[in-house]
Amino acid sequence: MKGLSAILRKELADHFASHRFAILFALIAMVSLITAYMVGIRIREVEGQLKPQFVFLLLFTEPGAMFSLVQFVAFFGPLVGLILGFDAINRERNEGTLSKLLAQPIYRDVVINAKFLAGVILIGVMLLSLVLVITGLGLALVGIVPGAEEIWRIVTYLLISVVYVAFWLGVAILFSIMFRSTASSALASLAVWIFFSFFITIGASVLANVLASDADFSPPAAGRKAELVRYAVIASPMELYSDATATVIDPLRKSTRAALPVGPLEAISMTRFSGPLPLAQSLLVVMPHLISLLAITVLCFALSYIVFMRQEIRSL
Amino acid sequence: METAPVVATHDLTKIYGHQVAVDRLTLAVNEGEIFGFLGPNGAGKTTTLLMLLGLTEPTSGWARIMDIDPAREPIKVKARVGYLQENMGFYSDLTARQMLRFVAELNGIERREAEVRIEGALTDVGLADEPPAKTIAAFSRGMRQRLGIAELLIKDARVAFLDEPTLGLDPDATQRITEMIQRLAREQRMTVLLSSHQLHQVQRICDRVGIMIKGRLVAHGPIDQLAREKFGLNREQFTLEEIYMKYFLEGSP
Repeated sequence: MKGLSAILRKELADHFASHRFAILFALIAMVSLITAYMVGIRIREVEGQLKPQFVFLLLFTEPGAMFSLVQFVAFFGPLVGLILGFDAINRERNEGTLSKLLAQPIYRDVVINAKFLAGVILIGVMLLSLVLVITGLGLALVGIVPGAEEIWRIVTYLLISVVYVAFWLGVAILFSIMFRSTASSALASLAVWIFFSFFITIGASVLANVLASDADFSPPAAGRKAELVRYAVIASPMELYSDATATVIDPLRKSTRAALPVGPLEAISMTRFSGPLPLAQSLLVVMPHLISLLAITVLCFALSYIVFMRQEIRSL
Repeated sequence: METAPVVATHDLTKIYGHQVAVDRLTLAVNEGEIFGFLGPNGAGKTTTLLMLLGLTEPTSGWARIMDIDPAREPIKVKARVGYLQENMGFYSDLTARQMLRFVAELNGIERREAEVRIEGALTDVGLADEPPAKTIAAFSRGMRQRLGIAELLIKDARVAFLDEPTLGLDPDATQRITEMIQRLAREQRMTVLLSSHQLHQVQRICDRVGIMIKGRLVAHGPIDQLAREKFGLNREQFTLEEIYMKYFLEGSP
């Protein structure tokens, strides 16, 4: 598309030169370095006592003092997306540069495509460098070279994470189109993030308790309650993402659910055959999650696209 | 020799909600002509320019720029038209050359050709000697307007829409800009539509003016003709202000 590369390059240059990007990157790099280091130390301590398969992946999943890297990205990855996108359109509108851009012979959608794409590229670069830093540190600390399958798992994890953060970028861009003031769009996207990431998870169990009668503690009732929580929680992109990535990156996890209601025979079979899942099977398990995640991202971008294309451009 | 008008509209109308912004505007502007839109704030001058550019769709009626319909083929129109909005809308953290390079790229001008045009245009508007690292944020209003003219030259625009080109400029800068606009029309045969409150400037450089009040074009033609219509033939001295005020007072209740 004509003009796409020009705007894309300008957007990337703006991002890389901006203070907020430098601060964000420093913060995230620092935290992930610390987590990886602590995890590395712990893995070294338990070396010899237990030999877990896929030691390398533990670097990403083992919570050190507070967070594992996977949890950290689940919590704070959205913030990166929001910060990169919350003033994408309305800042240009306020400064009058949007009509200058649109007065040039380019299609209107090129502007929003370029902005979204620049954000996605930036997110990709950011997450890739995080993962590479941790991989490098892991090699030095643990002294174990990751196998092919582990590398593929990490690549998959990276792709899912990019989609997840891109979803929040999409939310932020949508608000930057809908609101004139950058403060409103920042607050609105923060509110949505907090609601869908934290309140829904808290609210889900409350809701389940209300819907299923509280006093009933029999196993079937508890099972129903757990199901309800699961459905409610699916509405939270953070849950979708953490379930998906936890399963992808941990070959020993065979379901996206944390706790499985199993009968005695199933329990025996599970302990008997506790070998790791091959990557393809792990992917199969999380496929619904991945598709949902991709779907909400595409939906969000499509919505921004439509709103932007239909908006009146007034120069004043 | 009669040629087709470069800018033509017929019954062009724009309605925002219940408010009629532009009411059945019919107009024709020829090549190399400088046409001035006069009118109070909110009279629909900017809306008209946006419709001519294809940035806003007309509610009814049509417009043609060099025989192209801006509502249907806005890209083609935008490739031929340079639009300088009131606040110019330059990225203030770029330098003049970076900004012009960006514009050239968006217009699909080949890189080496663009560099040649940029240097030429900056020399033409007297900005070539500015320090190369100076960002547009440090430019005065007059310098920004001149940079806007440079943009028109780089695009090789055939038509220029100028929204309040002399607003907030000191007399010296105003003089420079109006001379540049005149030169564009005379030497490049560029067709210029400008909107302004500053009637004195408009009177000096416009071949024809149109007076817009509440979305309606209440009068248009050469300034002498408007004067004759309103004040009679024997009136020797008149100013555009007087003509404008007469129309303005008649147009408002």
